[in-house]
Amino acid sequence: MHLEQHSRLESGLFYALVAAGGLVTAIGLGAALFMEHSGHVVTGMNNQIVWGLPHVFAIFLIVAASGVLNVASIGSVFGKAMYKPRAPLSGLLALVMLAAGLMVIMLDLGRADRLVVAMTHFNPSSVFGWNVILYPGFFAIVGLYLWMLMDRKMNPYYKPAGLAAFIWRLILTTGTGSIFGFLVARQAYQSAIIAPMFIIMSFAWGLAVFMLVQRAMYGWNDLTLDPAIRQRLKNLLGTFVAAVFYFVMIYHLTNIYFAKQTAFEAFILLEGGIITWMFWGGYVLIGTLLPLFLLYHPDIWPRPLAVCAASIGVIVGAFCQLYVFIIGGQMFPLEIFPDMLVSSSFMDGQIDHYSPSMPEFLLGMGGIGLAFTATAIGVRVLKFLPQDDISKLKSADGHLLD
Amino acid sequence: MNDPQDRIDNQSRRSFVGTAAAVGAGLGVAALAPGLHLIEVSQAGTARSPGEAASNTVRWGMLIDTTKCASGCDACVKACNTENGINETIKDARQGSQWIRKIELKDPKNGREHSLPMMCQHCANPPCVDVCPTGASMKRADGIVLVDRHICIGCRYCMMACPYKARSFVHQPLTEQNPEVPRGIGCVESCTFCVHRVDKGQMPACVEACPEGAMTFGDLNDPASAIAQRLAREPSTQVRADLKLNLGVRYQGI
Repeated sequence: MHLEQHSRLESGLFYALVAAGGLVTAIGLGAALFMEHSGHVVTGMNNQIVWGLPHVFAIFLIVAASGVLNVASIGSVFGKAMYKPRAPLSGLLALVMLAAGLMVIMLDLGRADRLVVAMTHFNPSSVFGWNVILYPGFFAIVGLYLWMLMDRKMNPYYKPAGLAAFIWRLILTTGTGSIFGFLVARQAYQSAIIAPMFIIMSFAWGLAVFMLVQRAMYGWNDLTLDPAIRQRLKNLLGTFVAAVFYFVMIYHLTNIYFAKQTAFEAFILLEGGIITWMFWGGYVLIGTLLPLFLLYHPDIWPRPLAVCAASIGVIVGAFCQLYVFIIGGQMFPLEIFPDMLVSSSFMDGQIDHYSPSMPEFLLGMGGIGLAFTATAIGVRVLKFLPQDDISKLKSADGHLLD
Repeated sequence: MNDPQDRIDNQSRRSFVGTAAAVGAGLGVAALAPGLHLIEVSQAGTARSPGEAASNTVRWGMLIDTTKCASGCDACVKACNTENGINETIKDARQGSQWIRKIELKDPKNGREHSLPMMCQHCANPPCVDVCPTGASMKRADGIVLVDRHICIGCRYCMMACPYKARSFVHQPLTEQNPEVPRGIGCVESCTFCVHRVDKGQMPACVEACPEGAMTFGDLNDPASAIAQRLAREPSTQVRADLKLNLGVRYQGI
């Protein structure tokens, strides 16, 4: 993976990709500057739907960032040899995706210029406040972990570092889920199941991202992933996707059972227009059933792009799921006066509507652009390509040893 | 009860009388002190001096009698907007600031209708204060919930947490503000109980403007205050009482 080994054509393609990623990032930053200058009046957000498309992008990136580290954790914490060569790439993706997610969420602040205030004023009762500690801590711990993995002198210490990173990432995703779980006001949230649901979502989304990046890197280097390793990874992805579906079902079934929540559930599952379509078509069909079919049908999963297509489906489903959860959850009116017909000048008692504006979308894409560009540069200059010593991983009859 | 002056609670009256007596006795001093304007002294009533901290012996609260609140009347909303300099025009009304709004209620079971003003309920256990990452959302010792505009980063988490949709985010640049009520683009804001007036011993603008005398403001902790006496005597409710937030604003008639 040294620069001089790359052909001129391949180098040209690399720089073109980095330039494209950089351009998307720059456009995203420009959109944020425009929003900062004009105010959020240029967005589709309002005083009822206070978090919009940038939060969908940011929360996807932050949740997937902690989940993508799972690949490293399986190697370091649970001692599975097959995952160890994948740990550096897993750590790199975790860092760049978290950075990208934080960039989006920070640039969406009404006063993004007060970042220093956010870091110097701390309210210990705020879940957001906890995250102000959890995010930099994640950077530090995963950075140390990567150092210990990649520096031979530090190699003996990688296991404790891996364990610390694993515990920290579980706490971090608990914190992200609890941003919503601790909200008492809105029908969509205030549930203890949200934190563990976010953890299992992070497993699925992070692994889907990892599979795609790994596939791209192998393709770039004319390598093919060993079928046994591919099968192991796709089975893990399928398990995570099914587990997310289980949590989503429990979340909705609980709400349906509670009489006070049935109107909200009817909105999300039946009458919510685009929200309902995104739930059933986006999350259930594209994000869950299609990937499970692609990953488990015996004739389909061995095909070259089946696992890739499943991973893309999981990511599309994740965006739909977050849109339903974040936007749909805010569109439904607050139940300030239960059992009363309510009207006002402020959308009381009415389903709100939300149309994301172009600057919001571009800011979110800027986060994706940053994650892409930083990953491309990272895997180019450092040794992140997962290289398997198949002879050590497999038994004589060709099965993976652990 | 219809004259707003009548609704100044007993404590305010007693304090006012006490202060006025002291001022009367000290007129000679006032005459000797350059820059001391008698008119300011006469308004002081329960006013705090600028350097004096708010006291936790006081808990400011409001009682709203919805049976007196007329549907279609928005005098309180207009007074609030004027007092707090909320005068910007915005294309999408959902992006505009509404520190106080009128809500129309209808009970589908019996057709009974109510009209009432809704604003920050100044909770004793405010979710907005709990969730604010920087501590910009805060509760003063006297129970008034405020936003410190200097450290609000505009994350809107407090708006997600408020069960009453009482907070607004400033979506665009502002001009022509009231110097006593600083507001700013990118920050969250809400009803302050007209804290700048209360600190001067005056009533919130909405209370003063209500033509029906439907709003009573005073110290919930003072058993002799009009609001405390009415709350002890008459039934009242807290909105979303199930949340046990211990609200500073109470309603009658719903």
